[in-house]
Amino acid sequence: MVSVESFVIASIIKTAIALFVLLTAVAYTVWLERKVVGHIQNRWGPTRVGPFGLLQPLADGLKFFFKEDITPPHVYKLLYIAAPVIAVTFALTSISVIPIGNWITVAGVRTPLQITDVNIGLLIILGITSMGVYGVALAGWSSNSKYSLLGGLRASAQMISYEVSLGLSLIGVLILSGSFSLREIVDAQSGTFWGFIPRWNIFQGQIFAFFIYLMAAFAETNRIPFDLPEAETELVAGYHTEYSSMKFAMFFMAEYANMITVACLASLLFLGGWHGPLFGPAWLQSILPVLWFVLRVFGFLFVYIWIRGTLPRFRYDQLMAFGWKFLLPLAIANLVITGLIVALKS
Amino acid sequence: MLHLVLFLIFGAVCVAGAVNLLVQRHPINSALSLIVVMGSLAVEYLLLGAEFVAAVQVIIYAGAIMVLFVFVIMLLNAGEEELTSGSRVALLLGIPGILVSSVLVAWVLLAHSGTEAVPAGALPGPPKIIGWLLFHDFLLPFEVTSVLILIAIMGAVVLASPPESVQQSKKEG
Repeated sequence: MVSVESFVIASIIKTAIALFVLLTAVAYTVWLERKVVGHIQNRWGPTRVGPFGLLQPLADGLKFFFKEDITPPHVYKLLYIAAPVIAVTFALTSISVIPIGNWITVAGVRTPLQITDVNIGLLIILGITSMGVYGVALAGWSSNSKYSLLGGLRASAQMISYEVSLGLSLIGVLILSGSFSLREIVDAQSGTFWGFIPRWNIFQGQIFAFFIYLMAAFAETNRIPFDLPEAETELVAGYHTEYSSMKFAMFFMAEYANMITVACLASLLFLGGWHGPLFGPAWLQSILPVLWFVLRVFGFLFVYIWIRGTLPRFRYDQLMAFGWKFLLPLAIANLVITGLIVALKS
Repeated sequence: MLHLVLFLIFGAVCVAGAVNLLVQRHPINSALSLIVVMGSLAVEYLLLGAEFVAAVQVIIYAGAIMVLFVFVIMLLNAGEEELTSGSRVALLLGIPGILVSSVLVAWVLLAHSGTEAVPAGALPGPPKIIGWLLFHDFLLPFEVTSVLILIAIMGAVVLASPPESVQQSKKEG
């Protein structure tokens, strides 16, 4: 049992580090996206600011700060200001229950590499992400512009529709591991089959669930090919048409933070979390799990960007039909089959 | 001690949200107040030790049902309501009625033994126990509820689909 003081101090330090890392990761995911999409389209992407354009996120951040902050007339002011705050708050909060590695001991305090380990971690993330839609919906409504309103309506309809498939795809994993705690779900995936295939959930028969999750997660985070809420060619910029300066940057940050949360969740639930080969001296062994975890998240984000650079956008009726008529029955079938197999085994 | 303080604070937030819901004239403000009520109720559940119920409260009520409310308000573009002068009967009967019924409820609660406040965290509600109860002790009500919901879904589909004459004309045209 740790004392209250050391618990409070450790929590504050962990929260500060997690926020710093998350915000840096958000900035460099934007850089990565511009670079990778640039190379896919036979361009260079950012090159001017720093080596390989590495300081570009800093320059962008400064630019956002110094841009004029315009509030258009006839907006519903209270909600117009609250909407980006809601979006970015919920997007950043969900990092609090995500574990990134094993337990470590720093200065005599043994602590998990996670802000807090709760036994309903997965449900908390689902709850927080389901609240995040208010930021987008209210931004669209309060801007008093037809493009924003259509973007907000599309976003809320899309997120409600795909949340069902997303939630159902996770239940297969929950049946296998028998816990809502993200740490226990990862622990259930340790070891290998026949000595060489890792016991990740994706190899335990949850491969369909993984692809359902992948597609639903793309829709949840409003990314191509499901980025109808901000389709430039028809809606200018969708729900954030009327936003400028830091308010726009907040929506931008929220979108990328959500992408990172989704990538972390995919690594934890389907790809074995931080499990990987451990070797070398003790300090290396405590660092390596974090490295394996970050590599998986990076891989998932790369797939995100890759798909953005390759696929065109769906039509809205196609999006809805895909979600309800294809993804949802597939998720239910996966759930039934997983349940049957687990019941027959026990 | 901290539990009690937090419980009282969020109880006050919950009641304030409920009052604000009635006072506000713009439907979207009322909907947002209802979200505050749902959220603070979830915190109350959490403080009582029912973490699963708290999470479900946020996911379903605050996250899904209220999104639909906001969605409908956005879609209809509902504006501010006009304030009527109110009916005199409501004032004359309503306020004494509220007083009498709240006194009655308080009296019944205080008179009966065995209705003391439940200490915080005394009734743990981890997901495993709730699942066990739902699928063993309350299996029949659970299944009957699911059939009821299925009927409601089918009813909604029937109501939402266009009448046969429209479908016929669509096929022909």
